[in-house]
Amino acid sequence: MSVTAEAVRDVPQPGGPRPISIRTDRSVQDQVYRVITSATGLGTLVLLFLIGLFLLLRGLPALRIEGFRFVTTSGFETIGKNLHFGVAASLFGTFVVATVALVVAVPVALATAIFLNEYAPERSRRFLTAVVDLGAAIPSVIYGLWGIFEFQPNLVGFCTWLSRHLAWIPFFEVTTPKVTASLFVAGMVVGLMIVPIIASVTREVFSLTPQGEREAALALGSSRFGMIRTVVIPFGRGGMIGAIMLGLGRALGETIAVVIILAESFVISPHILQTGGSTVAAFIAIHAESGGPTGTAALMLAGFTLFLFTMAVNLAASAIVSRSRSGAGVEL
Amino acid sequence: MTTIDDPRVDGLALVAPGAAVDASALQRPSVADMPQAIPPQRALPTPIRPRDVGWADGALLLGAAFSAYCAVWVVFYQLTLLSGAFGFFVCWFALFLAVYGFVTAAVVDPETAKDRVFVVLVVSGALLVLGLLVYIVGWVVLRGLSHVTTSLFLKDQAHFEPSDPNVLHEVGILHAIIGSFEQVGLAATIAVPVAVVTAVYLNEVRGRFSRVVRTVVTAMAGTPSIVAGVFIYSFFILPHVLIGKSGIAASLALFILMLPWVTRTTEEVLRLVPSGLREASLALGAPEWRTVWSVVLPTARSGLITAVLLGVAIAIGETAPLIYTAFGSQVMNVNPFHDPQGALPLVVLQNVRQAQAVLLYLAYATAFVLIMIVLVLFVLARVVGRPRNDKRAPLRTRLTSLALQAARRDRGAA
Repeated sequence: MSVTAEAVRDVPQPGGPRPISIRTDRSVQDQVYRVITSATGLGTLVLLFLIGLFLLLRGLPALRIEGFRFVTTSGFETIGKNLHFGVAASLFGTFVVATVALVVAVPVALATAIFLNEYAPERSRRFLTAVVDLGAAIPSVIYGLWGIFEFQPNLVGFCTWLSRHLAWIPFFEVTTPKVTASLFVAGMVVGLMIVPIIASVTREVFSLTPQGEREAALALGSSRFGMIRTVVIPFGRGGMIGAIMLGLGRALGETIAVVIILAESFVISPHILQTGGSTVAAFIAIHAESGGPTGTAALMLAGFTLFLFTMAVNLAASAIVSRSRSGAGVEL
Repeated sequence: MTTIDDPRVDGLALVAPGAAVDASALQRPSVADMPQAIPPQRALPTPIRPRDVGWADGALLLGAAFSAYCAVWVVFYQLTLLSGAFGFFVCWFALFLAVYGFVTAAVVDPETAKDRVFVVLVVSGALLVLGLLVYIVGWVVLRGLSHVTTSLFLKDQAHFEPSDPNVLHEVGILHAIIGSFEQVGLAATIAVPVAVVTAVYLNEVRGRFSRVVRTVVTAMAGTPSIVAGVFIYSFFILPHVLIGKSGIAASLALFILMLPWVTRTTEEVLRLVPSGLREASLALGAPEWRTVWSVVLPTARSGLITAVLLGVAIAIGETAPLIYTAFGSQVMNVNPFHDPQGALPLVVLQNVRQAQAVLLYLAYATAFVLIMIVLVLFVLARVVGRPRNDKRAPLRTRLTSLALQAARRDRGAA
């Protein structure tokens, strides 16, 4: 068996330096440090589990009464003999509000993100980014206040216009005399609320686009639009979808703005412009402590339903983001 | 040194993309005639800057806007009798984009047309968002400012007489201000250490479960705020364990909301700490916990403060979790551990839909106070988090002191 020169060199020679183990045994201090940090980190797992568990536990009495009908009927009669409650209309309303919000928010949020990254003047970019980030910190109660007293009066004309001229689209048909306090208005305000969230996450992802690939696209003679379409957007697609899902999660769970704007009614109707509607989050907030023990259990169950829905959306969002190629360091 | 005035540089750098370049300029020159390789300026087409916008482009834009306006006006008011300013505007904008794109494609070229229509879309979308955000903040500030009185900061709502003409000077929200600060303060006191330790686990320890924990923290960030309140209600208040309806219950709910937010931001900040610093510290013999405590966290200090301030700014405006925890109160309750407590966002929520104008004014004034607090915290966070260049010096001293300690220890051992 022939031995190559390389192998000979690697064999420790007697008298020469011997390989030593570089494995370190952590000191007691470091072991304690690791245990404490790991326990805290895993504590968040426990916390999330507890949230789900306790909402379900406290909701069980309601589940025993209504069973699966809880998600197929709607109402809140929890005192007296004729117990009847459910969140079907609220689930429907939640879905409508989130859809309207996304339809409104996604295009303008993407435009804002692209503007801040690509078109905003260098000098004012930091300031404009701060303004958009501030939008995410404005309390939802203030969005609600503005929505009902300032935005809605200005939107009524548009709603009337839609219902008058586009009534052949079933969504825009109106059978009530009024078009205020509708799912549509609530969805518009919630949409405005999630614009800063989607815009700032997307902007961050877009800003990680490698400079070299941008310049390559421009050097090939592409216009700026071509560069954005072929480099920036494909690069940031994963982060973009994740940001939209994040916005969707927010829209599903938004409470206060909806409570302030929407007039509660348990009607499932495709006419989103007309007055009245309900969302799960608003349902929970409005009926707080008003329905006796059964009512409380029903609200806990509603909370559990909402928790499950948003958790599913959020986990899907993280999965999409981590699977996509966009910026290795970026995670939502 | 070549300056920008050099005609050759000018000619080469500023040639229009796609413009016909003299064929001789494209031939690969041999080494021998290298000095003559750069053709004289006369051979090049007139240099233009790709982003140059002339009067003709402006005219195109204005012309498209004007013609679209006229066309929509005719269709809107003369032919179909549609109505509504908002709808008019929407139709005008859509038609304007179409006309602008079509005309630019015809006059200039299709690729430029796409580019320009895109610019118009992006800029108008962004201006809409920025304008609306400024509008909201400005509206709340202006509306609220006129109802702010000195009594607002000195009294609570205990002596509320709607018939009193001077009522705005008899009520205040001191109880809510104190309540909000106590609740958010307590929440931050619990959330910040836990969040920082979790971030350290995610970024420094990188344990076996860090991926799972990161996913869960992300998912928690999307937990609806009302769910946090309902959870605290179901865990503590409903079975009467330890705490009832009180400020501390609100703090715990806010803690659940702040935790993922501060953790994610902190983790991002920790990721920016150069790993060379960690390695230097470890190489000097510092244990891991000491490295994190004396090198990593101090380096990230300004970023940490930003994370905390933003977390507080968001927590102070959260209303939904308080509905099931603090419950709100009209009177002063300084003790956050007992009995329902007022809070700023709750005052706004509870007074928005009141029939009495006075209560609505109170809501406006409270909203003003609230947005001012948020603005101050936000600006503070921005100022603290601004990147500075002089951060290295104190760190180097810290590493030096670690090195000195190590040296001293070695001498002691010898």
